[in-house]
Amino acid sequence: MSHDLSALFDPKGVIITGVSNHPGKFGFVTLHNLLAAGYEGAIFPVGREHGEALGRPVLGSIDEVPEGAAEMVFICTPQSVNEGLLRQAAAKGVTAAFFAAAGYREAGPEGVEAEERLVALADELGIAVAGPNGQGVVSTPSKLCAQIVAPYAPAGRIAVASQSGNFVSSFLNLAHHTGVGVSRAVAAGNAAVLGIADYVEWFADDPETDVCLVYMESVDDGRSMFERLRAVAERKPVVVVKGGASDAGARAAASHTGALASDDAVFDGMCRQAGIIRARDVEEGFEAAATIATQPLPTGNRVVVVTTVGGWGVAAVDAMSETRLIATPLPDDLFAAIDEKLPPRWSKNNPIDMAGGETRDTVPEILELAAAHPEVDAVLFLGLGIQSNTAALMREGGFYPDHGLERIVGFHERQDTRYAEAAAEIAGRTGTPVLVATELANARPDNAGPTAVRAGGRMCHASAGRAIRSLELMNRYSSWRRARGL
Amino acid sequence: MSITLSEAESRRVVAGYGVPVSPFVTGTSTDAVVAALVADDTVTYPVVAKLCGRAIAHKTERGLVRLHIADEAMLRSACNDLLAAAQPSDGDVEVLVSTMVDGNRELIAGLADDPQFGLTVMVGIGGILAEAIRDVAFRLVPIAEADAAEMIDDLATQRLLGEFRGEPEVDRQALIDALVALANVGQQETGVRSVDLNPLIIVDGKPVAVDALLEIEDAAGGEAKQ
Repeated sequence: MSHDLSALFDPKGVIITGVSNHPGKFGFVTLHNLLAAGYEGAIFPVGREHGEALGRPVLGSIDEVPEGAAEMVFICTPQSVNEGLLRQAAAKGVTAAFFAAAGYREAGPEGVEAEERLVALADELGIAVAGPNGQGVVSTPSKLCAQIVAPYAPAGRIAVASQSGNFVSSFLNLAHHTGVGVSRAVAAGNAAVLGIADYVEWFADDPETDVCLVYMESVDDGRSMFERLRAVAERKPVVVVKGGASDAGARAAASHTGALASDDAVFDGMCRQAGIIRARDVEEGFEAAATIATQPLPTGNRVVVVTTVGGWGVAAVDAMSETRLIATPLPDDLFAAIDEKLPPRWSKNNPIDMAGGETRDTVPEILELAAAHPEVDAVLFLGLGIQSNTAALMREGGFYPDHGLERIVGFHERQDTRYAEAAAEIAGRTGTPVLVATELANARPDNAGPTAVRAGGRMCHASAGRAIRSLELMNRYSSWRRARGL
Repeated sequence: MSITLSEAESRRVVAGYGVPVSPFVTGTSTDAVVAALVADDTVTYPVVAKLCGRAIAHKTERGLVRLHIADEAMLRSACNDLLAAAQPSDGDVEVLVSTMVDGNRELIAGLADDPQFGLTVMVGIGGILAEAIRDVAFRLVPIAEADAAEMIDDLATQRLLGEFRGEPEVDRQALIDALVALANVGQQETGVRSVDLNPLIIVDGKPVAVDALLEIEDAAGGEAKQ
C-alpha cells in the first residue's frame, strides 16, 4: 500500500491547532518555525479563542478556515479534542495531518484506545496521518518547517525518516554543519498510520530526493518491511541506522543455526539482501547519505589516494584494510603520467604522496589523471587546507598584512579553494567519486579548503578513515546493484 | 510444537532439493544395510554407521555412532551392536551408513525461524568453536545466487575459504548452489522450522553435509506457530 504524502511535504496551506501567544507552547513554536523558515503557503493558526500570535490572527475554530485553503493540519492540542479537530479539517479539504500531540500509545491503555480510534478515523476520512507523538516535518522545496523543535535545514537531496524525533534533529544539525542539505525530514512518532516504509516509498518517487536516510529501532512486520525497502533500494539508495541491539528474546534456539542467530545478525543480513546501506551510528549514516547525495557512485573497489601529507595516506590505507576497498597499484600509464608532473621524491606508489612537490596546478592535474583513469573507481584527496591553516596563523600572528604576508595568505587560500572546486568539478565530469578529507572540517571550519567544499554543497570528511567508511558503504550498494543487473 | 526428523529422514529431504550430503544408505536390519551398501556404488569404505530415529537426539553421547568401518565384517558387527542398543523408547529406528569424508575445514549451514523476519538461511564457520567465533551470515528465505555469493563474502574468515593446508580453495559456485538448495528446502517444504547441516565439511573444495537435522511443525500437535 503506497500513500500519497504530497500534502504532508508540500501542502498548499497549513492549519496549526493549539496556537496561543505563549512562546513556550508547541502551537506557538510551530507557528514561529513555519514563519521563520519562510513557508510561502497560507498559514491558519487556530486557538481556543481569537487572538494574535507573532502578528498573525489566531482563528477561534477550524470552521473559519476557507474551504480548500489548507491541505495539512498540524495538531498540537490535547488528545481528547483531536478527533473533532481532524473531522473539521477534513471537511475543509485537508488530506494530511501531522500529530505532534502526545497522549496516545505511549501513554498507557487509554492512549492505546485513542490511537486505535485515530487509525480508524484516518481511514474513514482518507487522511494521511503522521505521528502521533512526533516532532514534526521539514520539507525544503516548500520551505516548510512544521515542527516543535529546531533546526530547519539547508536544502539538499537527502530525505530523512526517523523513529526518533531527536535523531531527525541530529541529522538536520549535521546537515547544517556539513552544508549537505536535506529535501524532506519526518519524525514517525508512534507511527500509528504511516511508518518508515510508507515514507521511504514516497521518497523513492520524490524528484527532490536522491537518497533516503532512516533511523529505526523497532521492526513490526519484518518481512513486509524487507520487501518494501528492497523495492525502494532498487531505485534509490537507502541508508539505515538501527538502534536497539537487544534481542527480541522469543527466538527458539533448539537448533545450532538458531543458537548462532541474533537480532543484529539477522537484521544485518536482511539489509545486505535488500540493498540497504546499514551504517553503524548517526554520524556514519549521515556522512554516507551526504556522500551518496553529492558524489557519483563508484563502480568498483579500486581507490587512489592523493595526499600532500604522508601520515594521512597511511591512515587511509589502514582504514581500507577493514573494508573491501583496495589501494590499487598504479597502472603503468597512470604512473608515467603522474611521474611527469611530480619531482623524483614522490612516493612512486599509491597513496600518491606528492611530498611537497606540488606547484600551482599539480593537485588538480593529479586528481584529474587519477579520476579519469578507467582502472580507478574512486579518488580520495587528503591534506586540503594545510596551507590555509598556515595562512591563518600568519593572519593572526601580529605581522599581517606586512612583510609580504597578505600576498602569501591570499595565495594559499585561493589554492585550497581551487583544490576543493577542482575535486568537485572532476568528480562531476569523470563520473568517479573524488572525496576530500581533512580534520580542519571540524577543527577549523572557517578554513578556505573545507569552506569551499561546503560552498560546493559537498561533504568534507573530517578524517581519512571516515571518508573510507562512506566510500565502503557506497561501494557495497553499487556492488549490490551490479550483482543484480541494476 | 515441532518434531525433529531423524538424520536419515532429514538427509532424504534436503538431498531431494540438491543439498550435498555424504553418500549414504539405510536399513532396518543388518542384512538390509549390507545389501543396500552392496547395491549402491556411491557409498564406499571406510564408512560410518549411526543409529537413527526421531526420538534419538544425542547419538554421539549414547555411543550410537561408529566410525572408521573398513569392511563388511566390521559393518555387520557395528550394525548388530547399534540395533541391539536401541531401546523401546527410541521408537522406529534404522541404521544409516555413509562414506566417511575427509576435510580439514568445517562450515555450518542451516535454516532458522526468526521472530521478526521469518525463515532465515545461514552459513558460518563451523567446528567446535562455532558458537564462540560466531562468524556467520544470514539472509531471508528464499535467496538468489547473488545473495548466496554475498553471504559467503560476508564471512570474516575469508582465508579459510582459500587454499588451505594442502586443500584446494572452496568451490564458491558449489557452496552457492548448496545454500540456494538449502533455502529452497525452507521455501518449498511444508512447515520447516529449522535445518542444521552441521558440519558441512569441505571435501576437495566442495561442501558436503555429513549430518542433517530437519525440524518441522507437528501438524498433528495442533499448536501452530504464530
